[in-house]
Amino acid sequence: MIVVVIVAGLLMGAGAIGALVRIIRGPSALDRIIASDVLVATAICAIGAEMAINRHTDTLPVLLGLALFGIVGSISVARFLAARDDT
Amino acid sequence: MSALEWGFDGIGVRDVVTGVLVLVSALMCFAAGVGLLRFPDVLSRLHAATKPQILGVIAIVADVAVSNPSLATITLAVAIVFFQSLTAPVSAHMVGRAAYRTGHFRTDILVTDEFRGHD
Amino acid sequence: MIARIVSGLVPFLGLVLIWVLIWGQVTWLALVTGVALALLVSATFYLPAVRLSGRINLWFGLLFVLRLLGDIVLASLQIAWIAIGPGYKPSNAVIAVPLRTRSDLIMTFTAEAVSLVPGSIVLDIDREASTLYLHALNVKSVEEIPALKQKVLDTERRLIRAAGSADDLARLSEGRVAAAEEEGAS
Repeated sequence: MIVVVIVAGLLMGAGAIGALVRIIRGPSALDRIIASDVLVATAICAIGAEMAINRHTDTLPVLLGLALFGIVGSISVARFLAARDDT
Repeated sequence: MSALEWGFDGIGVRDVVTGVLVLVSALMCFAAGVGLLRFPDVLSRLHAATKPQILGVIAIVADVAVSNPSLATITLAVAIVFFQSLTAPVSAHMVGRAAYRTGHFRTDILVTDEFRGHD
Repeated sequence: MIARIVSGLVPFLGLVLIWVLIWGQVTWLALVTGVALALLVSATFYLPAVRLSGRINLWFGLLFVLRLLGDIVLASLQIAWIAIGPGYKPSNAVIAVPLRTRSDLIMTFTAEAVSLVPGSIVLDIDREASTLYLHALNVKSVEEIPALKQKVLDTERRLIRAAGSADDLARLSEGRVAAAEEEGAS
């Protein structure tokens, strides 16, 4: 099991770093918002993996909250970007 | 329980299932990070982003439900997958539309564009 | 009249169900607060009523969900391989897919299901012509496009079989006869 934890941690960490690099480099606001969505999804996966490996369900409501409200940011940014360019 | 705990060499079937699902989800996160770096424009990166959002979350929530099978866990797991699969396409669509309308994509890598002119 | 009451009741019951799901247990407190909140939400955020077809086939619905899950797993692995594997050459396409349905609900669900499967994202919808415009990843040449369109149409067919109106079903079988005749002629 310890091997699984290490491999999964490395993979998720590398994915999160990739998303962070994309947030920093841009080039457009849309790139950044997509990358931060990936960061949220990676966080969901990491929290869930911890729960599955340690066999508890204490943070399941956190996952529900993230799944529900994770999209608010990207929708508002996308909407305001489109509105600004239309005019 | 006894059926799930059955196994050999002290490793239960449940441990194997847990490990495999965690690895699937981790692989999706990794592929998304690499895709974000390698794909050339906003619309392609959007495709990379949907992987951990959908398969990663489904795998990990299924994993939690397998390792703690109870009614409350399963209903909450179903709710999480339901909301995630309902909201993820909406945000992808909004971002994709904004990207198309503001021209944040490369036309030279498109095989065809049947939308141009309909806008 | 009955259809209109049912059309209003389904989203209301859905809201209550979601509330109970969030609590994870069916208690009177959860039910009563759920009904109160659902009343509040549907009164404050008024939405035009969705017209349901009044027909649902659970067997085809189950088939649709299973097929969707299979598609998601396959497409995710494919896209993951494209992202990680060597020799990635960017080549995408924006395609238009005219749907056969005239129902807003089926169109929305088709768009949602198509966007859920990695590799295709709906960019825009023409509601009058019920046409989806989607962006597909890794399309190497124009020859691959008819197969992509057929995939979207198959998703729509499975949805119509699960919950489409009799009208849409008729349009579906008409389309198949026409396609078969075309094939026979060529």
